[in-house]
Amino acid sequence: MKEILSDIDRWRAEGKQVAVARVVGVEGSGPRLPGAAMAVSDAGEVAGSVSGGCVEGAVVAEALDVIAGHRPRMATFGFSDDEAFSVGLTCGGTVRVFIEPLDW
Amino acid sequence: MGSLYESLSAAIRAEEPVALAEVVEGPEDLLGTKLLVRPGGDPAVMGSLGDPGLDRVVTRDTLGELAVGLTATRHYGLHGEARARDVGVFIESFAPPPVMIIFGAVDFTAALAKVAKVLGYRVTVCDARPVFATKARFPMADEVVVSWPDKYLAEVGPSLGPRDAVCVLTHDPKFDVPAVVAALATEVGYLGAMGSRRTHDERVARLRGAGVDDAGLDRLMAPIGLDLGARTPEETAVAICGEIIALRSGRDAPSLRDRDGPIHLDGPGESGTDGPSGTDGAAVPAGG
Repeated sequence: MKEILSDIDRWRAEGKQVAVARVVGVEGSGPRLPGAAMAVSDAGEVAGSVSGGCVEGAVVAEALDVIAGHRPRMATFGFSDDEAFSVGLTCGGTVRVFIEPLDW
Repeated sequence: MGSLYESLSAAIRAEEPVALAEVVEGPEDLLGTKLLVRPGGDPAVMGSLGDPGLDRVVTRDTLGELAVGLTATRHYGLHGEARARDVGVFIESFAPPPVMIIFGAVDFTAALAKVAKVLGYRVTVCDARPVFATKARFPMADEVVVSWPDKYLAEVGPSLGPRDAVCVLTHDPKFDVPAVVAALATEVGYLGAMGSRRTHDERVARLRGAGVDDAGLDRLMAPIGLDLGARTPEETAVAICGEIIALRSGRDAPSLRDRDGPIHLDGPGESGTDGPSGTDGAAVPAGG
């Protein structure tokens, strides 16, 4: 989180809306630990990461959706019973990413 | 008093202990509700998860997680009941960075301080010689202290814990024996001392003479560092930091190619693994 604070502050100072995505769960092999964070501005700018690069593209799309809808959501990447996303982790694990608008 | 986010980012920047607890699973109207817990803050708790009972239990658990620097998802009932799974609360600890104290203001020290900074340590360089222990020689260190190792550790030793490291690079008995003896009296997680095998054999004899027992010698990583064939100060710094990671994770640090099994140490299942306290997910040291 610390590494993305300055980008978040700059975007907010520019009047942009921001979403924050954080890894809240990892099953099996996953590149980043819970707490790994990524921020996305409504202009599509990105800071930080939540994986080794496998799912960032999909998280940006989800984040822009979250900014537009003003509601948080959980996104699960990898193999999982409840949600099957088309984007997977090449390492075979599952990562759960909570994405929310930064309006707090 | 600013917003929750402003308080969180201010505490993270000031390296004050702070934790964010947030509902990430459960009823739609609770998703994204938050508690911000700052043990030293005024107020110490900001925000709400929508129920006083839940707030109380989560605040208690968050203080516990923060004290040991853990980040994990816990499950509760809507009013904070244990052994229920109505809501999943992601508790993220932002513990202050771990500390590395390097004794000896030598070339190896500058390289080790650099690598330690990359790994997120707050680095202090300490040497009794004012000519060498200068901020100009160690600009990457957070702090440069002119003091004797035992005297300095008598001051800061009580605050050292399992995440912290003490590296003794003086390889001069009049500095490193008191440094090692004083470091052994702390709870520091890693203690290493530099020197050739011959230097180390002599040091062991002196340490025994100073009253260090087998258990103490067992804690001491010396000669310091992994067996990487490191030659330069920078390579040696990587060997030392590699050893710190290996010691923490309990691995003997061969190459991944020569091993089987999972690459990451922390990979417990997220579901169905709740213990009595409701912890699940990967419990990990906070990176800050």
